[in-house]
Amino acid sequence: MKKVNINRRKFVKGISAVSGYAIAAPYVKTSHSAGKLLLGIWSHWIPGADDNLRIILEKWGEKNGVEVKVDFITSIGNKLLLTAQAESRAQTGHDIFSLPTWYSTMFKHRLDPIDDVVEDIINKHGPLLDSARFYAHLDGHWRGSPAPTGSFFDSFVSRYDLFKEHAGIDLKEIFPAHNNRSEELINNWTYDTFLTAAEKLYNAGKPFGATIGATPDSRWLSALFTAYGAELVNKDGEISVDSDEIREVLEYLKRLTQFMPKSVYAWDDSSNNRWIISGEGSVISNPASAWAVAKRDNPEVSKKLWHHDAPRGPKGRFRPDNSQFWGIWSFAQNKSAAKDLLRYVAEKSVVDSCVEASKGYDIPLIVSHFKNNKTWVEASPPDGVLYNYPMRGDEVPVAPGYPAPPEIASQITTQYIIANLVARITAKDQSIKKGIRWAENELEGIMRG
Amino acid sequence: MKINNLFVWLKQKPRIAFFMCLPLILMVACLIIYPFFYSIFLATLNKAETKFVGLANFLFLFKRETFWLVVQQSIFFALVAVFFKALIGFIAAHSINELPSKGQRKWRGMLLIPWVIPPALSTLGWWWLFEPTYSALNWLLEKLSVDAIPWLSETFWARFSIILVNIWVGAPFFLIMYLAALKSIPEDLYEAASIDGANYWQKLFFITLPMMKNIISITILFSIIVTFANFDIVRVLTRGGPIDTTHLFATYAFRVGIESGDIPLGAAVSLFMFPVLAVLSFIILRNVRKRTNEV
Repeated sequence: MKKVNINRRKFVKGISAVSGYAIAAPYVKTSHSAGKLLLGIWSHWIPGADDNLRIILEKWGEKNGVEVKVDFITSIGNKLLLTAQAESRAQTGHDIFSLPTWYSTMFKHRLDPIDDVVEDIINKHGPLLDSARFYAHLDGHWRGSPAPTGSFFDSFVSRYDLFKEHAGIDLKEIFPAHNNRSEELINNWTYDTFLTAAEKLYNAGKPFGATIGATPDSRWLSALFTAYGAELVNKDGEISVDSDEIREVLEYLKRLTQFMPKSVYAWDDSSNNRWIISGEGSVISNPASAWAVAKRDNPEVSKKLWHHDAPRGPKGRFRPDNSQFWGIWSFAQNKSAAKDLLRYVAEKSVVDSCVEASKGYDIPLIVSHFKNNKTWVEASPPDGVLYNYPMRGDEVPVAPGYPAPPEIASQITTQYIIANLVARITAKDQSIKKGIRWAENELEGIMRG
Repeated sequence: MKINNLFVWLKQKPRIAFFMCLPLILMVACLIIYPFFYSIFLATLNKAETKFVGLANFLFLFKRETFWLVVQQSIFFALVAVFFKALIGFIAAHSINELPSKGQRKWRGMLLIPWVIPPALSTLGWWWLFEPTYSALNWLLEKLSVDAIPWLSETFWARFSIILVNIWVGAPFFLIMYLAALKSIPEDLYEAASIDGANYWQKLFFITLPMMKNIISITILFSIIVTFANFDIVRVLTRGGPIDTTHLFATYAFRVGIESGDIPLGAAVSLFMFPVLAVLSFIILRNVRKRTNEV
C-alpha cells in the first residue's frame, strides 16, 4: 500500500478547500437546524394534560426546525425541586425549566433575565396578574415567563347543599354562574359569616377542613392573614409580626379551629381532597382538582360542589396564589429558541388548549386569557360549578408571605412560619405573646444574609 | 521482559489486594469522602454562597429555638429507639437461639422482613395505618369502642409513631447481629457454669453478656449513627410536624437547605452532630480494641 505523506503545506491547502466549500454551499434548513431544546416541565396532576402540552411543544418544534425534548418531572416527593437544585449547582441540564411559585426567587442567580420576552407578551396580550410580578420580577428583571400550565388559585370548594341546609346560606345565589352578582350578598360574605357557618356545619357533623401543617396547602392561612392586614414582615423587609392585626387574626383562628377536625395539624396536600370527596367535609380551600376527582370517584358529591370566592376580612378579600413560570437557565444551550418558545406558549390558543386539557385546573397568569375562556363556564355537573373558580369579583390573588420582599416571603412560605405559628396557638395552647416571640426569632433567622 | 516484570509486580499480595479494593475505595472517595468535605466547605459559606463566613452558620444555629428543638428531638429519638431496638433484638435473638435449629431458620427469615423491605415503602404502609383522618388502626379501635388516637397530629403520639416505626425497621438488625454473637459463644462455658450450679440469670450476666460486649458496643454505635441520620421515616410519616416536633437533623437540614434554598445552613445542620458522633465512635471503638487485645 502506497504511503501518503501529508506535510504542512498540503494540510493547509486541504483545510482551505474544505472551508471554501462550506462557506459557498447553500444553507439547507433541516429539522435540527435551530438545534435542540430541552425542557424540564412540571408534570400535571390531571391525566392527559401533559400529553396535550407535549404535542403543542413538538408541533412548534417541527414548524421551527427545533428538536424539542420535554421531560415531565413530578413535584411529588419534591422531585422537581431536587432536579432544579441539582441542575442549578451542576450548571447543566435543561434549557427551559418550570418555576412554580418561589423557584424564580430561589434560583434567580442561575436564571437569565427575560425582560424582552415578558415585555413582548404584555404588549401583545395585556397585563399579567400583579402577583405574577411579585413572584418573577426580581431586582428589576423578569426571571420567569407565564407558564401555560400549572398556575392555580385556591378557591373555596363548598357543598352548597350543606351550606343551605345547615347554615342557611345559598352559595349559588351569592356566587352565581354569571357576572350579575348582588353587591349586598357579596358584602355579607365575610370571615365572621364564615365562622358562624363553620360552627353550624361542625355541629351538623360536616366541618370545614384545611391543613394547618407544614405543607403547601396551608397557604389558605396566608390569604386569611392578608385579609386581616396581618403581616409577618412588611414590604420594607422589617419584622412586623408583633401587631394588633396578627393578634386579631390569631384570635379569629382560635375560634375557627374549634370547628375544624383535630387531624388538620397532620394533613398533607391530598387530605383536604379526600375530606370533601368522601362526603365528610362541607368546605375546603383548593383548586378544581378535588371536584374533578370527585366527578370520577364520588359523582354524587361532585354534583353538590360549588367553587366560590373567599370571605372578606377587614382589609379585603384574598385568594391564595400558586403561580407557575417557565425560566431559562443561564447555562442553557439554546437561548434564542427558548425565548421564542416562551413567547409562543403565551398565545391564547395554546393557553386555551392547556386550560381545556387540565379540565379547568390551570388559571392563566395573563388576565385577558382567563377572562375569556369557556372551560369554566361550561363545566358541569352541576352547571356553573367552575364559573367562579377563576377570580370574577373583588378577590385579589396573594402570594404567601406577601408583602415581604420575595426573598423573605419565599422563606416564610417554605419554612411554614405561618402554619407553625397558628398551630402553636391553636393546637399547643401557647399564648399569642409567646407564639409571636417564636415567630420573631424564626423571622430573624430567615433574614440572615 | 518488561511486561513480565509488571506482572510480577502486580502479582504481589498487597498490590493485588489494593487493586481489588480500588473500586470500593473509589466509590467511598466519590460518594462519601468528597461530599463530606464539600459539605464542610458549603457550611462555611454565606447564604448566597458568595463569601467565606467560617463558623458563623454554626454560631447562628445556636441562637435558633427551632434548631435546639431539633437537637433535643434527635437525641431523644436516637436514644429511645436504639435502646428498644437493642432490647427487642436481644430478647428475640435469645428466644430464637433457644429454639431447635430446624425451627430457627423460618423465624430468622420472618423477623428479618422489616429490615429487608425498603424503609420508605414500609413506612408508607405505616402511614396508612396512622393516616390522620382515615387511620386503619383507629378504625379498629373504633370497632372496640376505644377513642381514636391522633397518631400524627399530636406531638406525643407523632413522636411515639416515628419511634415505633424506627424500632420495627431496625430491631431485626440487632437480632441478626446478636444471634451471630450468641452462636459464637462456646457451649462448654455454659456446661461448666451448669456444673458449678449457675442459674439462667447468672449465665446471662456472667457469660452471655460479657462475651457479647464487643458486638453490643459495635451494633449500638452503628445504630446510633444511622438513627441520628434517619430521614425517610419522618419524611413519610410527619414531614417534621406537628409544629416541627418530630424533625430530626436530616429532615430539618432538608427543610432548610433544599426546600428553603439555604444550602450552607442546611449543610451546617447536617454536620452538627459529626463531632459528637466522631468522639463517641472513637471511645467505643477504642474500648472494643482494648477488650479484643485483652482476649
